[in-house]
Amino acid sequence: MPTLTIDGQQVTVPEKTNVIEAAKTLGIEIPHYCYHPGLSVAGNCRMCMVEIEKAPKLAIGCFTPCTEGMVVFTNTEKVKQARKDVLEFLLSNHPLDCPVCDQAGECWLQIYYMQHGQYESRMMENKIKKSKKATSIGPHVNLDQERCVLCGRCVRFCDEITKTHELGIFGRGNREELDVFPGKQLDNRYSGNVVDICPVGALTDRDFRFQVRVWYLGVQDSVCPGCSRGCNIQIHYNRNRPHHGHGRRVARLKPRYNSHVNQFWMCDEGRYGYKFVDAGDRIISPMLRRGAELQMATWGETLAASAERIRAVNPSQIGVIAWPQLTNEELYLVRRLFVDGLGCKNVSFSVPSKKDGGGDDFLITADKNPNTRGAGEIGLPIADSTGDILQAASRGEFKLLHIFGHDLLSSGLDQPLVESALAATETVIFQGSNSHLTVDRADIVLPSATFAEKSGSFTNFEGRVQRIHEAVPPLGDALPDWQILNRMARALEMGWDYQGTEHIFKELAENVAAFSGLSYCVLGDQGELLGYKPTNEAHIPTEPVTTVII
Amino acid sequence: MNSSPEHNKRDYGLWQRTYVPEVFGGLAITARHFFVNLKNHIRRLIGRKDAAPGAVTFQYPEQRRPLAPRLRSLHRLTKREDGSPRCVACMMCETICPARCIYIVATEHPDPNIEKMPEQFTIDLGRCVFCGYCVEACPEDAIRMDTGILEFASYTRENMIYTIDQLLSHETAKPDAQDTQ
Ligand code: SF4
Ligand code: SF4
Ligand code: SF4
Ligand code: SF4
Repeated sequence: MPTLTIDGQQVTVPEKTNVIEAAKTLGIEIPHYCYHPGLSVAGNCRMCMVEIEKAPKLAIGCFTPCTEGMVVFTNTEKVKQARKDVLEFLLSNHPLDCPVCDQAGECWLQIYYMQHGQYESRMMENKIKKSKKATSIGPHVNLDQERCVLCGRCVRFCDEITKTHELGIFGRGNREELDVFPGKQLDNRYSGNVVDICPVGALTDRDFRFQVRVWYLGVQDSVCPGCSRGCNIQIHYNRNRPHHGHGRRVARLKPRYNSHVNQFWMCDEGRYGYKFVDAGDRIISPMLRRGAELQMATWGETLAASAERIRAVNPSQIGVIAWPQLTNEELYLVRRLFVDGLGCKNVSFSVPSKKDGGGDDFLITADKNPNTRGAGEIGLPIADSTGDILQAASRGEFKLLHIFGHDLLSSGLDQPLVESALAATETVIFQGSNSHLTVDRADIVLPSATFAEKSGSFTNFEGRVQRIHEAVPPLGDALPDWQILNRMARALEMGWDYQGTEHIFKELAENVAAFSGLSYCVLGDQGELLGYKPTNEAHIPTEPVTTVII
Repeated sequence: MNSSPEHNKRDYGLWQRTYVPEVFGGLAITARHFFVNLKNHIRRLIGRKDAAPGAVTFQYPEQRRPLAPRLRSLHRLTKREDGSPRCVACMMCETICPARCIYIVATEHPDPNIEKMPEQFTIDLGRCVFCGYCVEACPEDAIRMDTGILEFASYTRENMIYTIDQLLSHETAKPDAQDTQ
């Protein structure tokens, strides 16, 4: 554990920590391009130069390990001049097309030029033209070689993280170019990450390209609902300029650092899997079947109708198919309402999907639901699996089916069974966000909010409970599922009423053993494992909560 | 600034409240101008070059006032040599616009060397405050307010919304202004 001095402040860091990371713990930012905490050290951009006492010349912060008694200066005239020179060098062949560059506004060339550059151009020569401008090199990524600063981060990502080796740097000197290997495409399952780590606009996201300028975006922390890993993400949303991005309110998802879950990364499936939030098939109004047709109705009418039909049947004649896309809070209310409140014995939640989820040994898991573990911990399913419930329904044992979210008619379930179950059941209540075949078969439709439109928590497959937050308000008349369940309970005079998700979570933690000790405060922004044991000390997050400068 | 009704109240004396003397005072001023101008015009008419020129009124709309070269008039989008818009849909003008009345939708340009272009470029002139910031912000000299068009009042709000085609069809009022450098 060496102790060193950086800009006059002492700090003790673990063995082998480099100077950039040590400075970071003191809140001192050493500018850099090629260094990335999730990748090996390359030391080629020369931007992170620092002055070290008794060293003959400037040293690069990323490749200099901290040693006992080291005295580092990050802000001397010599260092500042070095940064300026490096920037001049990096920009010598740069096209300076910031106005049309998607990275503008979050570009480290722009940021560092404003902080450390600000020199007058001395370039008399013509700039070297590179061969590829605005070319797609894969299904998700677009390359502009002129903007590349040849930091090699993307190459190292494909070599070290995905080990797929699609990218390389070709040529020499100022004709050096980043490119895919001949005949290859950048089409691995994590390719979107190279866009995040590219410090400049050389690699841009084809999905996000030209949709919204980044300075119009708002940011909200959340968790990816794409699979049971629960990668930490940021939702970048555009609420003020609806004419941008074809009216898409959620503009893009970006990974958020969590050392326990996804480090710096997320997969492409998750990254581009948010489109359903603003899709045209969103259900924006409650609906009631009048005659042969589903017609728009008010929440009052629909909830009254639901309550009436639920009251009219014996609880043993109700089948509930919950959804592992629901948050812990919502699943807890499903249990409180149907199992504890009504005494219903047939509640399941998992529905097999048609195709294999294709898990891998990095982030992607085969289970495409973010909260299967949570549903299990909360005590679902009760008694039966979804197959059993449908069997019973097709035998005419149920008068009412309450289906959450699932499209049973395009699932991996036996289709004739689903058909006969839906046909044999008097009342089908559907509660979900997007319209599909199963919705057309419902008698009552309750529109619910998507993950980006509500707060709550998911429990990932390892048992880490993590918060999600509302980024955009629910579309149309949709409501978060917990509010729908809450209103339904009110209509059924259950005698409970929750003020918000935190209120529900508090009770969940008191009543479900696995969640005991947890609270929104304990979860923080990095989540916490089930079975958490509170200590007497104030809760200290296991990792320093840092805004990761990448 | 204090703008309470109390503050704006003035105390009028009896003299003012009768109004009659003020009305005659005003009439006297008007009459003085009338006769002075009449005298000047007549003296000029009969060839007295040394007489002061009489005041004139522009016979708008037949006769127009000369416009100052820096006047900000109706917007236009400038064109490249091939007639396509110079605008690259960078959104600088949309971002700077304090009235938030510029609506641009960007799209990919078929030519990879140009990269980005506006699919839609709409200005809601009903909301524009004619500050000229959009012109200042543009890195491409793609938007100008030099058409000299000042009369674009309309009976409907919809007619105040100018689309990209309209903005491109406007011509400069300055014959020496070049779109392409
Ligand atoms: S990479 Fe950065 S500096 Fe280069 S054009 Fe894009 S925004 Fe500008
Ligand atoms: S494309 Fe981006 S990440 Fe890759 S080498 Fe160039 S600047 Fe670095
Ligand atoms: S003149 Fe000012 S208010 Fe009008 S469009 Fe331009 S920036 Fe907006
Ligand atoms: S600032 Fe100029 S180039 Fe950019 S969007 Fe506006 S008019 Fe187009």
